[in-house]
Amino acid sequence: MIDRAQVAHVANLARLQLAEAEVEIFAKQLNDILQYVEQLNQLDPQLEGVEPTTRAIEGTIPTRPDAIRQMVDPEALLNCAAAREDTFFRVPQILG
Amino acid sequence: MRENYEAVIGLEIHCQLATATKIFCNCPNTFGAHPNANVCPVCLGMPGVLPVLNAKALEYAIKAALALNCTIAPLSKFDRKQYFYPDLPKNYQISQYDLPLATNGWLTIYTEEGREKRIGITRLHMEEDAGKLVHAGSDRLAGSSYSLVDYNRAGVPLCEIVSEPDMRSGAEAAAYAQELRRILRYLGVCDGNMQEGSLRCDVNVSVRPKGSSKLGTKVEIKNMNSFNAIQRAIDYEIDRQVAAIEAGERIVQETRLWEENSQRTITMRVKEGSSDYRYFPEPDLPPIVLTAAQIEAYRSALPELPRQKRQRYQLEYGLNAYEANLIADDRSVAEFFEAVVATGAEPKPAFNWIMGDITAYLNENKLKITEIPLTPAALGEMLQLIADQTISTKIAKDLLPELLSQPLAGTVKDLVAAKGLKVMTGAELEAIVTEVINSHPKEVEQYRAGKTKLLGFFVGQVMKRTQGKAEPQTTNDLIKAKLEN
Repeated sequence: MIDRAQVAHVANLARLQLAEAEVEIFAKQLNDILQYVEQLNQLDPQLEGVEPTTRAIEGTIPTRPDAIRQMVDPEALLNCAAAREDTFFRVPQILG
Repeated sequence: MRENYEAVIGLEIHCQLATATKIFCNCPNTFGAHPNANVCPVCLGMPGVLPVLNAKALEYAIKAALALNCTIAPLSKFDRKQYFYPDLPKNYQISQYDLPLATNGWLTIYTEEGREKRIGITRLHMEEDAGKLVHAGSDRLAGSSYSLVDYNRAGVPLCEIVSEPDMRSGAEAAAYAQELRRILRYLGVCDGNMQEGSLRCDVNVSVRPKGSSKLGTKVEIKNMNSFNAIQRAIDYEIDRQVAAIEAGERIVQETRLWEENSQRTITMRVKEGSSDYRYFPEPDLPPIVLTAAQIEAYRSALPELPRQKRQRYQLEYGLNAYEANLIADDRSVAEFFEAVVATGAEPKPAFNWIMGDITAYLNENKLKITEIPLTPAALGEMLQLIADQTISTKIAKDLLPELLSQPLAGTVKDLVAAKGLKVMTGAELEAIVTEVINSHPKEVEQYRAGKTKLLGFFVGQVMKRTQGKAEPQTTNDLIKAKLEN
């Protein structure tokens, strides 16, 4: 069960401001999702001895050679930012 | 008061791997580049990009883990560590959580009492570095109205190495960090430059009454950029905690900053629990799978490590522990030393010359031993010329500056001959001794009357006439023989 306090805690970590009514709605929705996934537990007997996995596709990590190659001009990337100053990305005040 | 308490110290060290590119993209991994010159859509966390692991970063991390006696996991994986701060463009850091690359290692330090002590290593994992913030309008976060971000460092490959809480003093912690850096430098996987942040050290310190097995509340200290600062910060923090407990206060679990100027630690923030990072498996990166054969191949390619060199130098070369520590500190110096000994030179004089005059010259000119014209072969030959008394130690010292600063055309022997520096013995020397004695009849008379201290006077005169080339022992013997006949 996800309670209101947990929703408020996660919202705080995610820097989200939720109204009281929204906390209520999200708590209910998150619990619905958990209950939906919970159905998988009915498969427990069939899953005996199956290793937990974190992904659906088999395979091991591909690697690339350690060679420098810059495809995009950093200047173009800086121009995508909401705000820049010289070649820095400019962000709003962090601590109010 | 402090002697009634025991400190328990563990270190978390982040080291930047010395690869050419970042961990998940092809951007250059260089310190000091123009802000945001080394960025691309991947390390800026733009939507739809895919991280691809740098093979070299993986290789370096495996080498470091093996050199630290860790067990390499046959299967490990990357996870996303969530926290929101502008130094992290994706709002998560790709790290490793429950299945790190390596666990259960150790390294050996020498305590102040000269004992060997093994420090356990809990785990070693790979992750990406974060960017750097500049806080505008103030040198501190709190007073600034906005901040500037440089993502050059975002995505630089890191190894995080976590120790067991095995250290008991600031000195032990500094010794651990030093030995760790030495090993990483031997491997060539990290340059270990603490000023530039390629090796960063976080310390966990708690204190407890002696004899207690229960751990006290731990405090994390950050912001130490030298081994000396690590030692002083820990010793300060131990005193602070002991004083607080003695005063009946409770230790708060928090992160504190070491202030170099005031030589104290100050509160930075109260620590968040690790569950607040909401780790989950990185879906874009399949697991790292390593076979036993691959791991063994890496292991067999490891160079001889500092501890092995120190032991071998004592056993094979007869150096004492202090000397062995000193010469094995830097791999290139140790290899130079070994190459000199391989020419047939005696280890002890080779040690003395390298750690003495040669090191002094290197320090003075800010050079590495690999950057000077002097070769191990030339130094070996010079030591041979001293050993067979072709030249004196004094002549060798006069010769050294040239050998250190200019490429040698032929052999050292040729140079000695060309400069006429060969030691003088035999008939040539005897003639000069006779000459000196004949031109000082008064002193000869005094000597024969019992003032034997005048021997030094005669030797000095001979040295003067030969410009220091006279072989000292032969000179002594010749003068005595002539005066006492």
